[in-house]
Amino acid sequence: MSLVLAELPYWQSTGIKLVGALVAILLPAGTLVYVYLFKMMSFMQSRLGPNEAGPFGSLQLLAEVGKFLQKEDIVPARADRYVFFAAPFVVLVSTFLLVIVLPFGPDAWFIDIDTGIYFALAVSSVSVIGILMAGWASANKYSLLGGLRAAGQLIAYELPMVLAVMGVVVQAGTLNLQEIVLAQANGEIFGFGGIGNPYILTQFLGFSIFLIAIQAELTQPPFDMPVAESELVTGYMTEYSGLRFLLFFIGEFATAGVFAALAATLFLGGWYIPGLDADSNLFNVLGPIVLFAKMMLVTFLIFWFRFTYPRFREDQLQELAWKYLIPLSLVNIVVTGVLKVVF
Amino acid sequence: MTDAVILAYDPEVPRQIAFFLIAAVMVFSAFRVVTTKNVVHAALYLVLVLAGVAAQFILLGAEFVGVTQVLVYIGAVIVLFLFGIMLTRAELGDDESVATERRGMAALTGVLLFGVMTYAVVDVFDDQTIDRTEASTTGQIGDAIFKEYIIPFEAVSVLLLAALIGAIVIARKD
Repeated sequence: MSLVLAELPYWQSTGIKLVGALVAILLPAGTLVYVYLFKMMSFMQSRLGPNEAGPFGSLQLLAEVGKFLQKEDIVPARADRYVFFAAPFVVLVSTFLLVIVLPFGPDAWFIDIDTGIYFALAVSSVSVIGILMAGWASANKYSLLGGLRAAGQLIAYELPMVLAVMGVVVQAGTLNLQEIVLAQANGEIFGFGGIGNPYILTQFLGFSIFLIAIQAELTQPPFDMPVAESELVTGYMTEYSGLRFLLFFIGEFATAGVFAALAATLFLGGWYIPGLDADSNLFNVLGPIVLFAKMMLVTFLIFWFRFTYPRFREDQLQELAWKYLIPLSLVNIVVTGVLKVVF
Repeated sequence: MTDAVILAYDPEVPRQIAFFLIAAVMVFSAFRVVTTKNVVHAALYLVLVLAGVAAQFILLGAEFVGVTQVLVYIGAVIVLFLFGIMLTRAELGDDESVATERRGMAALTGVLLFGVMTYAVVDVFDDQTIDRTEASTTGQIGDAIFKEYIIPFEAVSVLLLAALIGAIVIARKD
């Protein structure tokens, strides 16, 4: 992509990248909602799920979007209007900033920056501010409680997430996501380079901690205390209706897709599949598809946990992060560092 | 014709425009932080100021510092601010109990601090320019911290650890 885009004026290449980013956000979000939320959840709960709109209910998504667009845009009378309106966009901006650092092929990327994964972890924490804004501006006790719970949870689980990634960074010796992919593609396992060296093999602990942490960052069950329907009426989203609720909803599933793609890039080799040369031009076309497939694999795990486990209590949730995940990820960094020096 | 083409591709032009746009937003937001009567609004304006600082760092080619600014200040410090404000005084609308009587002193302090910092920056760096074409700085920062400045770095780490333990001791009731 960059080779083609380098020939174009700045505004044209930016326009193309903008459309690309929109596709990279909306396509995974729509697929996740249809395949997992509609179909897999129905299967696991022994019911049919949506099956009327289009073949196998595949047009249900469009029907849902149409439904949300028609709904009345309600703003609570005592709400802080500007903060209330801005909150969903802050969450979405965080998702958009996340997707632009992902590499999709040897030349297919939006921006190729030196701080790659560090940038991704930094901008992912911006969404907490949007959630706190939504919770506070709704002028609703339940929303405020939900916002505060979300903030407490997201701060706690950001630490194990960052620390779990450090193992990969130490092993690859770079923060740049493209170089992390190439390090896995050109890696060797005890001298055997046939399948590269996807870091899930050496960083399995890091991968597990990262998955648990992103589950909590997405406030998905079993970590859904902030949006617990039965006690908080979906927490910070209670007062949002119509299009604004839809924005939060898209944000949630798009972020699930982007985090999963990030996990696939860090631990499963990103856009690379063994058997082809990593410099091959073919990967500029094949890469996005490979990354999408790997993302679906990771999101399958995320949604499997989501539909399986009951909710954590608040104290259990904090205990898991501070007493188990953070010490474990620190041990992981030390062991990785020692092994890196030894080998 | 050729002049126009050169002008269009001079990277300094968009940089300057971006600098002044971001700076205008920052100055306005910084002013609102201290003039608004709503504490939550003040914290949110502070987010804009800090995001502007990060953007200026990136504009100057200090990518790592800019990202750190986002991670530490927006992702952690402001979130804790908001968390604390919302737990204690989360009323909507203007809060008349926000102190105004020391405004003159605060403004004076602000102006003096601005003067000292401007003098320090101009005095030390004068007319040096930054090389913004250099590709990678993250590795250099890492090398500098863990080679040249390893002793100060470790000292700061120990200081932070001491602050952390102190906070736990003060907060703990047993």
